[in-house]
Amino acid sequence: MTMRTWFFTETAWPYLPEEYDSIRVTLPNRHYDPHIGAELYHRYLDEWLHAEQMGLDIMLNEHHQTATCLDPAAPIMLGVLARQTSRARLLLLGNPIANRRQPVRVAEEMAMVDNLARGRIEVGFVRGVPYEISAGNASPLRMSERFWEAHDLILKAWTTHDGPFSWEGRFFHHRQVNIWPRPYQQPHPPIWITALSAGSVPAVAEKGYVVATFLTGFEIAKRIFDSYRDAAARLGRETPSDRLAYAALVYTGDTDEEGQAGARKLMWYMHANKVPPQFVMPPGYVPVEAEANAMRKGSLYDFSRLTLEQAMAQGIVFAGNPDSVFKQIKAHYEHVGGYGHLLLMGQAGFLDHRETVIGIDRFASDVDPRLRELA
Amino acid sequence: MAQLEIDDGKIAVRGLQLEVVHRGTGPLLLLLHGAGGIDPRAEFLDLLSRHFEVVAPSHPGFGNSPLPDLFDSVDDLAYVYLDLLEQLDLHDVTLAGFSLGGWIAAEVAVRCAHRLSRLILAGPVGIKAGDRETRDIPDIFALPPEEVTRLVYHDPRKAAVDYAAMSDEQLRIIARNRQSLALYTWEPYMHNPKLRYRLGRLKLPVLLIRGASDGLVSEQYLEAYRAAIPGARIETIAEAGHAPQIEQPRALVERMLAFTRERSAESG
Repeated sequence: MTMRTWFFTETAWPYLPEEYDSIRVTLPNRHYDPHIGAELYHRYLDEWLHAEQMGLDIMLNEHHQTATCLDPAAPIMLGVLARQTSRARLLLLGNPIANRRQPVRVAEEMAMVDNLARGRIEVGFVRGVPYEISAGNASPLRMSERFWEAHDLILKAWTTHDGPFSWEGRFFHHRQVNIWPRPYQQPHPPIWITALSAGSVPAVAEKGYVVATFLTGFEIAKRIFDSYRDAAARLGRETPSDRLAYAALVYTGDTDEEGQAGARKLMWYMHANKVPPQFVMPPGYVPVEAEANAMRKGSLYDFSRLTLEQAMAQGIVFAGNPDSVFKQIKAHYEHVGGYGHLLLMGQAGFLDHRETVIGIDRFASDVDPRLRELA
Repeated sequence: MAQLEIDDGKIAVRGLQLEVVHRGTGPLLLLLHGAGGIDPRAEFLDLLSRHFEVVAPSHPGFGNSPLPDLFDSVDDLAYVYLDLLEQLDLHDVTLAGFSLGGWIAAEVAVRCAHRLSRLILAGPVGIKAGDRETRDIPDIFALPPEEVTRLVYHDPRKAAVDYAAMSDEQLRIIARNRQSLALYTWEPYMHNPKLRYRLGRLKLPVLLIRGASDGLVSEQYLEAYRAAIPGARIETIAEAGHAPQIEQPRALVERMLAFTRERSAESG
């Protein structure tokens, strides 16, 4: 068993107007300049390729109608990476399958790219953040049911090899499902699912998929991983650490000062994420009790006033010199009971190409080898 | 004396235990509430109950009425009230609905109207009036909450809510109503593309009511509703928004009463 690190950039458009009501859903795309944007796409791809050169794996994600992420069609970016890389495993975390109307199309996209990558694809399925509801034009009601029905249909599409089957479900109808190509990996690529709270984890554990949690710090990440281990134990199974993944903002410098200066730039991701209440709390995204609670207390997702020091204390950001970064990750790792994947968000906002590459190099050379021994 | 024997606060419709307000004597009035649910303490209910036997259920998913897993559209709700009318063998019923309730009432009436004497729709949603690039009803799920309040009320200052001062139970009901509203109306947004055509079937007297300051249901929209229903007419209530029953309860009840009397006199 070994700890794998997946380099992740959300491919942001950092050049925001001085004033805006929301970075999500409604920010007019006149603020996007295609000439600058085209350069950004190539730069971000170069950073992923550099991470591969340094021995890291690669993760990408998908968001819609937002300057925080210029990748609304992640399978396309995955296709580029499948062709341009040769060793790294490629994780798309993930496909927002409760928001996509054609699960069979998702099955086709992932199967095709898995062939192109000769079996290096790992497929994430995500419910998506609440601000994806309007942007994805999906209903926030009964999302979990829709998510699992889409999952079931995709799995059946990947693993059926004797001609068409039909699907007449609650949410999806498909009369002749018979995808070409089928996945390169057999029976199908590894599956990852994200969790924001412990409640949704047992279903992931029962399937034996990887559960990934983003920026949930010491306590919630621990609850999520405990929930996975407990659910597996109830089924009489061990939980190898490669079933658990944690995502944090990470910047490694030669000195603590340098590392923290880089991390301060990553904090753009937190501070730019200005989202008004109607997009943060669409009706039905969370259970009635949680929604009632949020009316009184306000958003649960508000990171806008978080300082770097707080984020580091909470285990959301790991930053400093290589030894500091290793020790911070180790402390988090031990607190939550261990995990086998670090999803390293190593680029955000105005962290430029040179700085991003330095952060990758320092981490890959001086932190990653020690982490591999940890797991 | 009330005609119906309904247990206090509950009525079972094909096994579905609906919460219900049942009070007053007089002609039967089946009242279908809007997005905010029904508050038994509301003044307009007392005013109505002086003239009508009022039956006002909470729709499945609203208040404390259960939400069957199968339900996800307004026609599910219409069939609940068709069941209720049939189960209690009601006749000569005035069916009234506010906002979402107006849509449900319209869906009931186009399916089966022989138990109904008249239909009153106040600020109803439910039809598609404009073209595909014209949103008929503002997207309340994508607007800032204070903007929604401004659209709903003639005098938004009176509508200020203090969530911090509410009980857990009150907040739970508000959240539940909001979720159920979204479940039933998300897509197509606030309408059934076929309802406008089907309204042409109606043969009973229909009154449409609009608060003059209603920012959700426009004058133009209600005019499209009127034009779709043979013989329907519109009355406007001054100094009221989308919820005239809250802002102008007396004026609203007067209009409802006058309409039911006028038609009774004609038929008598």
